[in-house]
Amino acid sequence: MKSLLVILLSAIFVDNFVLSKFMGICPFLGVSKKLDSAAGMGAAVTFVMVCATLCTYPIYMFVLMPMGLEYLKTIAFILIIALFVQLVEMVLKKKVPSLYSALGVFLPLITTNCAVLGVTILNIDSGYSIIQSVFNALGAGLGFTLALLIFSGVRSRVNAANVPETFKGVPATLIAASIVSVSFMGFSGMF
Amino acid sequence: MAEKKSGLYELTKGLIKENPTLVTLLGMCPTLAVTTMASNGIGMGLATTFVLICSNAVISLLKNVIPKAVRLPCFIVVIASFVTLIEFILKGYIPALYDSLGLFLSLITVNCIILGRAEAFASKNGVFHSILDGLGMGLGFTLSLFTMGSIREIIGTGQWLGIDLHLPVTMTMFIMPAGGFFTLGAVIALVNKLTKKKPPQEIGCANCPNAANCPTFNKENNEVKEAAAQ
Repeated sequence: MKSLLVILLSAIFVDNFVLSKFMGICPFLGVSKKLDSAAGMGAAVTFVMVCATLCTYPIYMFVLMPMGLEYLKTIAFILIIALFVQLVEMVLKKKVPSLYSALGVFLPLITTNCAVLGVTILNIDSGYSIIQSVFNALGAGLGFTLALLIFSGVRSRVNAANVPETFKGVPATLIAASIVSVSFMGFSGMF
Repeated sequence: MAEKKSGLYELTKGLIKENPTLVTLLGMCPTLAVTTMASNGIGMGLATTFVLICSNAVISLLKNVIPKAVRLPCFIVVIASFVTLIEFILKGYIPALYDSLGLFLSLITVNCIILGRAEAFASKNGVFHSILDGLGMGLGFTLSLFTMGSIREIIGTGQWLGIDLHLPVTMTMFIMPAGGFFTLGAVIALVNKLTKKKPPQEIGCANCPNAANCPTFNKENNEVKEAAAQ
């Protein structure tokens, strides 16, 4: 039984979703151009990850498991996530317009973000309890946000640098990501 | 529009000209994650190809039945069903591959290549062309995964498809996450050099095949246009 703090910290640093598990690379490369949009995307992903875990976990435990339908979890989870994202968007638009204007742009993109589906399936596969799952999802979301924030800083420097013609644009960005990922390797073996 | 083009064109365009990973930069997550070994790359590529062909065929058959407003959820359900099917097949017949691909097998569901082809091609074209398109794109994906996997396996472990190459020096970093980013960056740069094409400047919403139908992206675009107009 891992303690909650260990789960949280290892999800943020050691098993960082973007830099060591390669989930959510598309938003990582796409939305990390500006610091504020990186923060917005990170917050939206963290929020959806935690809530999606809260939705999918009971459904797996109380609906799919008793009926022996474990193999349907991919289909069930992706539908729940899509439904949930849609619902959150509508609720935020109506009730909390200020939050909607901050996060709203990013919400529809999250449905097909593999980090969200990844974290919900991973929770089930690692046999976490519901509280552990929530902490794992929170850590994964925070780790995603951290990677996005660090990388948006690195990226503004890379864009200003003089790189060879063939490497301009995406190749240079990927190599910068590789160096950021090396720095996160330093955390491995922490727990 | 694409109906006029020959079947051969639909089949071959995915291999190099519109290679999903190296040119249109889709499906980056599996590209980076499973390519620590060349054989994993082939396995993942073929599993994705299978899902891509089947989902393209089914979606193309259903294109007149699915209402426009709810098409994305419908596509996702079709794709997820085939992913579950391939999971069963691999678990039953090739358990070693099933174990090494792990979570990423389920995550084929949210691979943007598949949803992208469903949206951009299969929902507008006939069954035959959609199958060819799926086959071509899938093989292109497999090819780039195999290339990535080979480079990382050879430099990282000194082996290729399990054959020991007796290299004097190996760099373990290449099979680690950092090496994945590095190899992909280098391969894209090489493709740019060889094709003498300007490298894609950014990965963003605009490159996503769903962009034209994504309400948020359009809203964002319109806001930019409005701001420019003022």
